[in-house]
Amino acid sequence: MKLYLPNSANLQNIEGFFKRYSPKGPKTLQFKMHDRYVHVHPAALAMAACLGEAAHLAGVTLRGRVRRVRSLPYLIRMGLFPFLRLDPGQEIAGHEEAGRFIPLTQIRNNEELKAAIVNVIPLLHAESEIANPIRYLFSELVRNALEHARSPVGAFVCAQYYRNSERLSIGVADAGRGIRASITEHHPVTSAMEAIALALQPGVTGVTRRIGGNESNAGAGLFFTKGIARLSRNYFIIYSDDCLFKLLRGPESGDPVLYTDPADDPHFFTIGLPEWRGTVVGIDISVAPGSSFSELLSAIDKAYDLDVKKRKKAYYKMIQFLK
Amino acid sequence: MTILVMEFTADFAEDKDAAAKIRDQKIRPAIRDGKEVILDFTGVTLATQSFIHALVSDVIRTTGESVLTLLKFKGCNKEVKGIVRTVVQYSLEILEDENGEG
Repeated sequence: MKLYLPNSANLQNIEGFFKRYSPKGPKTLQFKMHDRYVHVHPAALAMAACLGEAAHLAGVTLRGRVRRVRSLPYLIRMGLFPFLRLDPGQEIAGHEEAGRFIPLTQIRNNEELKAAIVNVIPLLHAESEIANPIRYLFSELVRNALEHARSPVGAFVCAQYYRNSERLSIGVADAGRGIRASITEHHPVTSAMEAIALALQPGVTGVTRRIGGNESNAGAGLFFTKGIARLSRNYFIIYSDDCLFKLLRGPESGDPVLYTDPADDPHFFTIGLPEWRGTVVGIDISVAPGSSFSELLSAIDKAYDLDVKKRKKAYYKMIQFLK
Repeated sequence: MTILVMEFTADFAEDKDAAAKIRDQKIRPAIRDGKEVILDFTGVTLATQSFIHALVSDVIRTTGESVLTLLKFKGCNKEVKGIVRTVVQYSLEILEDENGEG
């Protein structure tokens, strides 16, 4: 197996990172990185850590050399190298980056998820407008992985907050069975692309054929995640099996519109990528001061349509909200 | 009966196991007996859609529209209110669709 950390892997150009990953040769994991500078999205870091941990668990030999690039302190602080069983050759003292990122965290069960969510606020020193989207997405994406992926190493998450661009980047990866295997249990799909497209539609879940899910699963986590990216005009990716779905930012003019069918959103699919046994999710969102997460959620609520039939009755108006 | 959600979840309501516990041990038996249930979200600053779904969707789908005369929501901020509306709406739409009404 091969893993290469390139010079740049943001969501705009993350395909290059995926294309250089190779699952072939399952006895050894060979790690390499760019020799001058590495700047990668949390999704790439989460996948790298997940791969390292899964390989270690499977008895794979991990080999590689950590280069002393300028961004090495960042990779060390994110906690990447322990999962790759590599010695970065230096230690980082001090916490000058504190408040700007959430390091790689392995989550294997509900208790670890709850602890990770509690840690978001002290780690990020963040106001609710920044902390709430992270807490929300951590919860929805990691629960998806814990409930559907059957990943032997659980899920890996990390996040980065860019103060200057007021952007938050989040990555979640698991080494489970992938979206196609999960969706196929109850829905007839023939490819990873079809499975991802279905998983992004509200009301579709791998636990039942029933639209709207069962008592525990609504089949809405990925739709909400896509909605958060779409309505804040940002990128969102899912990589599973050999397929990448990428939500694009769309035209700058006009208000962004969220559709239930991902085919109607600005997007593209890339197929034929190296097979990732599991799922990687990456998302960017804008968190400018004054930006309201509640308004974002409210806009997604309005777009939520299970396509069971045309809406006949405004049931929500019958709800009794008491003060 | 009033159920203080924060006693089960802290300020961020996302734990679906906690939601299932409230649903199966408190809400479902009370509704079955025709008793009023007030879900008090005071102190909850954010809830996930998955949490609210696990909390009430199945009760709504098994009881139907009439459950809204018994099931009430208290102390909801804007975020929580919006998600409650979404979950109630689609839960009853699905029921309507499955019953072949409309």
